[in-house]
Amino acid sequence: MPERTFRIWRGDAQGGRLVDYQVEVDPGMVVLDVIHRIQAHQATDLAVRWNCKAGKCGSCSTEINGHPRLACMTRMNLFGSDEVVTVQPLKAFPVIKDLVTDVSWNFEQNRRIPPFKPKPRDADGRYRMKQQDVDRVQEFRKCIECFLCQDVCHVLRDHGRKDAFVGPRFMIRLASLEMHPLDVADRIPAIRKDFGSGLCNITRCCTEVCPEHIGITDNGIIPLKERVVDRFYDPIAWLARKIFGTGKRA
Amino acid sequence: MSETLRIGGHAGGFAATARTDRWWVGPLLTFAGLGAFVVYSTWAAFQGAYYYAAPYLSPFYSPLLFIDPSAPGAAPLEHAWIGAWPSWWPALLPASPAFLILIFPGAFRATCYYYRKAYYRSFFATPPGCAVGPIPQGRYKGETSLLIFQNLHRYALYFAILFIFILYLDAFKAFFKDGRLGVGVGTLVLLINPTLLGLYTFGCHSFRHLVGGGLDCFSCDRASAARHGLWKKVTALNERHMLWAWTSLFWVGFTDVYVRLVAMGVIRDLNTWG
Repeated sequence: MPERTFRIWRGDAQGGRLVDYQVEVDPGMVVLDVIHRIQAHQATDLAVRWNCKAGKCGSCSTEINGHPRLACMTRMNLFGSDEVVTVQPLKAFPVIKDLVTDVSWNFEQNRRIPPFKPKPRDADGRYRMKQQDVDRVQEFRKCIECFLCQDVCHVLRDHGRKDAFVGPRFMIRLASLEMHPLDVADRIPAIRKDFGSGLCNITRCCTEVCPEHIGITDNGIIPLKERVVDRFYDPIAWLARKIFGTGKRA
Repeated sequence: MSETLRIGGHAGGFAATARTDRWWVGPLLTFAGLGAFVVYSTWAAFQGAYYYAAPYLSPFYSPLLFIDPSAPGAAPLEHAWIGAWPSWWPALLPASPAFLILIFPGAFRATCYYYRKAYYRSFFATPPGCAVGPIPQGRYKGETSLLIFQNLHRYALYFAILFIFILYLDAFKAFFKDGRLGVGVGTLVLLINPTLLGLYTFGCHSFRHLVGGGLDCFSCDRASAARHGLWKKVTALNERHMLWAWTSLFWVGFTDVYVRLVAMGVIRDLNTWG
């Protein structure tokens, strides 16, 4: 079995360092397998968050050779035979210990979003919607909340504007509600002001790292920005609303 | 490049990253490609000459609002939409019809959602690559302050659509020389140009929103069902928006080069007119 060098961040919020481990790697292993081998044989106090090992729980998000990735979905044959594999915690969130970060800020953002508000039921007491009306929303529902998009977003990661921008994951959640055929809540003013759609400059890194291949930018954020334009920046749309009414929502 | 290690072992500072791949290749190629186009199109706009070789008109100069027929390689005066070159034009600027129209396609590309990604990364390094340190800013404001004009992309779109029709008209005219129907290499070059521009323009994110993306219900009535059909077609183009952005950019530049070289007599246009 070939031996590989893993360089893993060891430390907490007070400090730490990158530590090298020599570890044997079997064919077919993913990065999370190797971390578990190091944990089992060399560093039993190494902290790593994981759960499903199938790319569906979003727990094992880390930065591997600088790329935000799921450790369980990153195969070892992605790397060169003598390449050092560096594993770090997510940069955008505070480190708790080693590879584990405190992502609770994300759950706070989720609570800020006005919930689903359905329109009145049909006369027979049922709700009806057709497949073509929910196709877009279903794409957004694939999100596993790994927060890789939040981590790679430079607005949060490098500019530290968590005070002004909710991040790509929650722009997607907002889009899933805003485009829902049964929802009648109006979140457009909040999307602009409270959730900071204007902070996103469309550099698409969130889309590039999404393990579920959600079209975060093209299908979520840009359509929301266009709805904000309808409401706040387009004088012709404003005039049309004045003449023909406000459309779907009050 | 200054690097300081922070909690988590992350490097800080401009262009700092733990990435080991050649992340800089993409932004560098984009910088070279867009930079070359901007330099060439600016140079071509300043020439004010060799933009017409009957029956071909360079797209950089179309529509011809005013014409100075005394310039070499200029179109005859009857091709002007308004008339002869105006006397009020500042003497400091060359009498170039391109100055009057290039702002419109330029504004469309400058505010395009694809090009925004391209130049924010490659020209303004905000960020230069994913998980790569951006140029430090005091308080990042994105597109809420100085760049708030990006929200008017759809207005640039309206003009861009108009230009497609104008350029197709130019391509149609390129089938006729001295009243005789024919075809030349230049005709095909001029015909491909608005076609590629159309594939780019009608795949625009704003257009996608306007035709149907703004709806929440695609099945509520006949109008929304029709708009859904249109939205799906625009979406198919939109999924290749980057491809059409680059191919149309290259071709519009190539079309100008072709017409210019024919007008200057550097190359001979192969055609059926003889």
